[in-house]
Amino acid sequence: MVKQITVFLENSTGRLASMCRTLALADVSMQAMTVADTTDYGVARIIADNPDAAIAALTDDGYRAKLVDVCAVEVPDKSGGLLPLLTAFDAAGVNVEYAYCFASGRELAVDILRVDDNEAAAKIIEQAGFKALRSSDLVTC
Amino acid sequence: MSAPHHTETIFQPALEQIERGELEALQLERLKTTVADCYTKIPFYTKLMDEAGVVPDDIRGLDDLVKLPFTTKQDMRAAYPFNMFALDPHDPAAGVQRIHASSGTTGVATVVGHTQADLDYWGDTFARGIAEAGGGPGSILQIAYGYGLFTGGLGAHEGGIRMGCTILPMSSGNTKRQVQMMHDMKVDILACTPSYALLIADTAIEMGYDPASEFAISGCVLGAEPCSDNMRKEIERKLGALVVDIYGLSEVMGPGVSCECQYQDGLHVAEDQFIIEIIDPQTLQPVPDGTYGEVVFTTLVKECCPLIRYRTRDISRIIPGDCECGRTLRRMDRIQGRTDDMLILRGVNVFPSQIEQVAKQFSELSGYYQLIIERPEESDVVTLEVEPVPAFEFDEIRRIEDLQRRIAAELKSNLQIKVNVKLVEPKTITRSEGKAVRVIDRREEGKNVRK
Repeated sequence: MVKQITVFLENSTGRLASMCRTLALADVSMQAMTVADTTDYGVARIIADNPDAAIAALTDDGYRAKLVDVCAVEVPDKSGGLLPLLTAFDAAGVNVEYAYCFASGRELAVDILRVDDNEAAAKIIEQAGFKALRSSDLVTC
Repeated sequence: MSAPHHTETIFQPALEQIERGELEALQLERLKTTVADCYTKIPFYTKLMDEAGVVPDDIRGLDDLVKLPFTTKQDMRAAYPFNMFALDPHDPAAGVQRIHASSGTTGVATVVGHTQADLDYWGDTFARGIAEAGGGPGSILQIAYGYGLFTGGLGAHEGGIRMGCTILPMSSGNTKRQVQMMHDMKVDILACTPSYALLIADTAIEMGYDPASEFAISGCVLGAEPCSDNMRKEIERKLGALVVDIYGLSEVMGPGVSCECQYQDGLHVAEDQFIIEIIDPQTLQPVPDGTYGEVVFTTLVKECCPLIRYRTRDISRIIPGDCECGRTLRRMDRIQGRTDDMLILRGVNVFPSQIEQVAKQFSELSGYYQLIIERPEESDVVTLEVEPVPAFEFDEIRRIEDLQRRIAAELKSNLQIKVNVKLVEPKTITRSEGKAVRVIDRREEGKNVRK
């Protein structure tokens, strides 16, 4: 499991930049960011080197931000790399709420998966032969 | 409810449990007298009724009430001081015993006179409230409403007299002394405003008492200002007493026009003394039971200052159905706001307080709401902005959308119009005092833009 930072954002000009400024001033480095947007608001999901500092800085600046446990899995950076894991999740009835990935630059990609049952997911990841990452793994990758 | 249920007695069972047909006969008889008195004794009404083309003989049934013109607060102000009196206060034979007046903070005071019979009828209505709070003859009644031109103190006092209570006429203020007397004299019933009841409770606690267990108080008759459910629960918990909400306004009488019973589900209107109507403040037509609108009262027994179809500007509704307490007098809901706050959205009357009532049901929301009304085309677009509480799980979009959908569905079912719901970031809604729902009406701006 790794800690993901989720930020509720108004869908207005400059709001994302302003959030990034807050993180920069707190000396937080982002490894991945994805923004789910609707007409009215956005939800930013961030993997960063210092999630606790990020939450503190964002909350201080009036953002609604929280930490969410997500699965981080190292997968081969090739076609079909993630497929066996998702197939195993399906078979076990573990539901994926959302997922995104980023390349680590070492022929491996990191997939972030938000699932409805973290415990079951952790077992399946291991059984399927994947490497589950912790926050400390991400900082060095 | 934190307070135990009382075995309340009904003060005037013959009137409070009157059969509906009997009540209507009584109302009609009294209405005829009132209308005749108004027409013959108050030049204001002679003129008003002449202009409306209606004479007292036109009132043959209760249905004829709608033929009569309305009386407004402006009418009462214009009549300052005695032009709405049916009796001459300087005439010793007329028997005008006392004068009450509104504070007049927003204009000229409205003045109302009372004969002994008026005061006795008034006392009866307040005494019903004392009984509803669990009090009775011999109860020690602490009155911490202000005494004076304000109707609270002396209205409660009349109630205490009619009930046969032992009255402790404290008036408001000197809160430590209020607490001391409440404790030492084993006061049973407290009558004051909700905010003052809370201050008394908090002061008692500061003084080292636990009033809920150490004081004899078992009931409170609170009125003259709105009391939220949370505030009521807090008072009940701190004092260990049942709180009943009493309603009234000085123009019509004072506290006692309606009062809750122990079931706290609406206020029983003293229909033997007043006819209540709920009207649409725009069309002035009566609305069906259960629908919110402006409360209108016609007095039935007042000698000095009878009123015909007085528009209170208060928003409420008739609660349909029977009350568990066995009283047959119909119930009005607690006051939802003022007609001045009413919005017309797509032709439907909406009160911000109704929106607040719906939003309050969602534990995911903080207590701040903002309603934005726009008219981009021909039709109003209404958006309610809400701030989720910190604990709300917004990480999954489906939760946000689900919450928005549930709120919108509840609003639609309560208001009969579509309201878009938008979750916003914390503290984006400006905090304003008093009202929980801020209304931003941009419809006029839209028109200007098109021009």
